[in-house]
Amino acid sequence: MKARVLVTLKPGVLDPQGKAIHHALEGLGFGGVNDVRAGKLIELDLDEGTDDAAIEDMCRNLLANTVIENFRIERLG
Amino acid sequence: MRTAVLVFPGSNCDRDLAVALERATGNRPEMVWHRETALPPALDLVGVPGGFSYGDYLRSGAMAARSPIMRAVVEEAAKGRPVLGICNGFQVLTEAGLLPGALMRNANLTFVCRDSDLTVVNNRTSFTSAYAEGEAIRIPVAHHDGNYQADAETLARVEGNGQVVFRYACTVNGSANDIAGLVNERGNVLGMMPHPERAAEPAHGNEDGRRLFESLVGALAAA
Repeated sequence: MKARVLVTLKPGVLDPQGKAIHHALEGLGFGGVNDVRAGKLIELDLDEGTDDAAIEDMCRNLLANTVIENFRIERLG
Repeated sequence: MRTAVLVFPGSNCDRDLAVALERATGNRPEMVWHRETALPPALDLVGVPGGFSYGDYLRSGAMAARSPIMRAVVEEAAKGRPVLGICNGFQVLTEAGLLPGALMRNANLTFVCRDSDLTVVNNRTSFTSAYAEGEAIRIPVAHHDGNYQADAETLARVEGNGQVVFRYACTVNGSANDIAGLVNERGNVLGMMPHPERAAEPAHGNEDGRRLFESLVGALAAA
């Protein structure tokens, strides 16, 4: 089974990479973009039956720095 | 005085730190590989060096902070043993939970490599006693992720406790309150982005960093 972990900066934390992407989009002439936040996508290939709690543990212990980042787990079946 | 310097894959300032410590203490530090689970006995100081451990993958310092040796470092820190983290070492110490906050990508997105003017905010630590309070010093920086951030409550707490030890004289990387280095509440763990070991002898053209190591030697001799 696979799971995806999406790691994003918490709201309110300055996202320099998102800002740079935003500027670049504006430079290319794309209007109407109000804000850009960049994050990380981590794909996990897991043993069948790995439970949510175990994945959440991985996120809290290593994959996300919960001082500045939020994470979201998506199971891909 | 017995010191140890941790060695992580990818770190490039471990030997620089060892040289600075050897000059200050007269003894060669023990180099401790990240897979070790114990530190040498009767240590006076643990040094966590700068320089892109694990290639900075995932987050700067994240992998190193979870390496086996860091459990022993956390235990030593809890006993009050001095722990000094420089640059990537600062990132490792925050990731390990030994210091509050986190270090993010520089706000201006550029890698900053130059001398930085600092103010010694607190000279009442074993790392800074050889400086004068409010003294202006110059120490080189070289980092991409030196932007110190913490929530408002944490910032108020570290400021109120006098945990901020060094502040940039002008904005370098977007750090909250221009924080360049801070200690834990107990004062035995220091993390700083600038590199004192690169300003520690005449050949460096700047010896402002040397007094940090001399402060430690003085504090430990007095202890």
